Amino acid sequence: MLYRENGQFKTSYRADQQMLPILQDRIFMGLLLVFVFVVAPFVFSNYFFLSILIPFLILALAALGLNLLVGYCGQISIGHAAFMSVGAYAAYNLVLRVPQLNFLVVLVLAGLIAALVGLLFGIPSLRIRGLYLAVATLAAQFFMDWVFARVKWFTNYAPSGSVSTATIDIFGFQINSPVRKYLFLAAVVTVFAILAKNLVRSHLGRAWMAMRDMDVAAEVIGIRPVYAKLTAFAVSSFYVGVAGALWGFVHLGSWEPLAFSITLSLNLLFMIIIGGMGSILGSFFGAFFIVALPILLNRAPDWLGIHLSTAMVSHLESMIFGALIIFFLIVEPQGLARLWSIGKEKLRLWPFPH
Amino acid sequence: MGGGKTIGDVVLDLQGISLSFGGVRALQDVTFDVREHEVRAIIGPNGAGKSSMLNVINGVYHPQQGTVSYLGAKRHDVNTHEAAVQGIARTFQNIALFKGMSVLDNIMTGRNLRMKSGLLAQAFRLPSAEREELEHREAVEQVIDFLEIQAHRKTPVGRLPYGLQKRVDLARALAMEPKLLLLDEPMAGMNVEEKQDMCRFILDVNDQFGTTIVLIEHDMGVVMDISDRVIVLDYGKKIGDGTPDEIRGNQAVIDAYLGVSH
Repeated sequence: MLYRENGQFKTSYRADQQMLPILQDRIFMGLLLVFVFVVAPFVFSNYFFLSILIPFLILALAALGLNLLVGYCGQISIGHAAFMSVGAYAAYNLVLRVPQLNFLVVLVLAGLIAALVGLLFGIPSLRIRGLYLAVATLAAQFFMDWVFARVKWFTNYAPSGSVSTATIDIFGFQINSPVRKYLFLAAVVTVFAILAKNLVRSHLGRAWMAMRDMDVAAEVIGIRPVYAKLTAFAVSSFYVGVAGALWGFVHLGSWEPLAFSITLSLNLLFMIIIGGMGSILGSFFGAFFIVALPILLNRAPDWLGIHLSTAMVSHLESMIFGALIIFFLIVEPQGLARLWSIGKEKLRLWPFPH
Repeated sequence: MGGGKTIGDVVLDLQGISLSFGGVRALQDVTFDVREHEVRAIIGPNGAGKSSMLNVINGVYHPQQGTVSYLGAKRHDVNTHEAAVQGIARTFQNIALFKGMSVLDNIMTGRNLRMKSGLLAQAFRLPSAEREELEHREAVEQVIDFLEIQAHRKTPVGRLPYGLQKRVDLARALAMEPKLLLLDEPMAGMNVEEKQDMCRFILDVNDQFGTTIVLIEHDMGVVMDISDRVIVLDYGKKIGDGTPDEIRGNQAVIDAYLGVSH
């Protein structure tokens, strides 16, 4: 009854082409934004910001970037943490060597550098696909791990190989408290999510999806595979590079090359598989699932009044987490985003069955 | 247009085309031309090389021998993209739609070649990018009206019945506003009503837009009814070429289709 588009007639293509054509969706998104920017900063504890919301927002941005490549363009990559590390180290070196740069400029430049590296490692995609491409992108992972561990210039000759960052300052606004970090990230992620949504609903996005669904037909109607695939790699790496810079500067503060290992790459892939391939919303669902669920599982025994040893809790956590992933994939292989849209379709008809 | 249509000059001229894959000779010394504004059918038994012929025309395959002239200019190993730029569109024998996209988005991809706004303009949805999107949406809507698929705009193509998917495939090709339209078995697997609809659409496209059409089809009734000239292939060789009436009386064609007693 509430979610019904009856009577919302579109009288122009502009109205039909808008981002959220259904009034209820616009209201929901508006309320969500109010909650994120106005209510949330007063409601949640510092612990909640630091251990859940901040990593969630950054990883959602990275998952979104990966989703543009894997979910929208159909090119598999299991080396995306490498591009995160490129973004993080690029930002570190930019801040170190050109201190007068505004951090927002640093973010964009770090993203562009990651995009360039991503473009390079995307070149094999022009010849190979599927699992073979996945293995080729693994090369990016190992190569970047090696570069940042061995080439000392990138880590400013730090003896331990770990680097640390100063507090971010944007036009005199210090990003030093959990709430400020959260608000800064929420703003960045909102902007990037809107840009991504715009991309996938314009002709570049359609070219990506055409490559994903049927590459021969895409070529025949004039879509150039080189352009479509390489832009997907570049844009995806840009997003992931920005996320990497944020991960280093806002979340970690100081890090060593292992922070961007293959585990993180795989986690990003899990996020988009669980959240939903080819869905921007799905990237957020997936990131939240991967970030919040282990913490929830970890604390659940305490809340339930069961006292277990720490080792036991962490073993149980891994087991239940793995089982839940399998459960979700069996129930809905297309991810949480698909569940969400099924829910919306049901809601359109509710309370009637048909 | 209306009444009698005028067949123009030769737009596509294929001379001595030979194509082989390893030891398999798909096409052997095939020569034929297509005139502007005509409906040219290619028929022949299975494996005769019909689809290979279309693939040569739109640059998927490059023949080992022979020349292709399009609009008076000789082409050398054009790729599919160049062929698309030159105004050659096609539909596929096994529907090759973009399964994850809506009908509207599928047809919009047919306009991709004409859309020029850059990556950043699209990301920020600058007024110029939005205007371009709306212009092309209008062009696509005309195709949607023409093919009578208004009701299915927002439906994911995978959910449509087969006959409608074929129609969306045609719509996507039409959205390119092609000069030359290649149709690979547009009526395969359709029932009588769907075939009649498709015939009407093909003739209307030919008549209203003046599009030249090259068509592969197995339904002889359809071929003889709607095509201006027919070429018959058998085992990669051309065994007949002419108007439907000429083909009907051609002994070699009858032998190829009905078999011949030795």
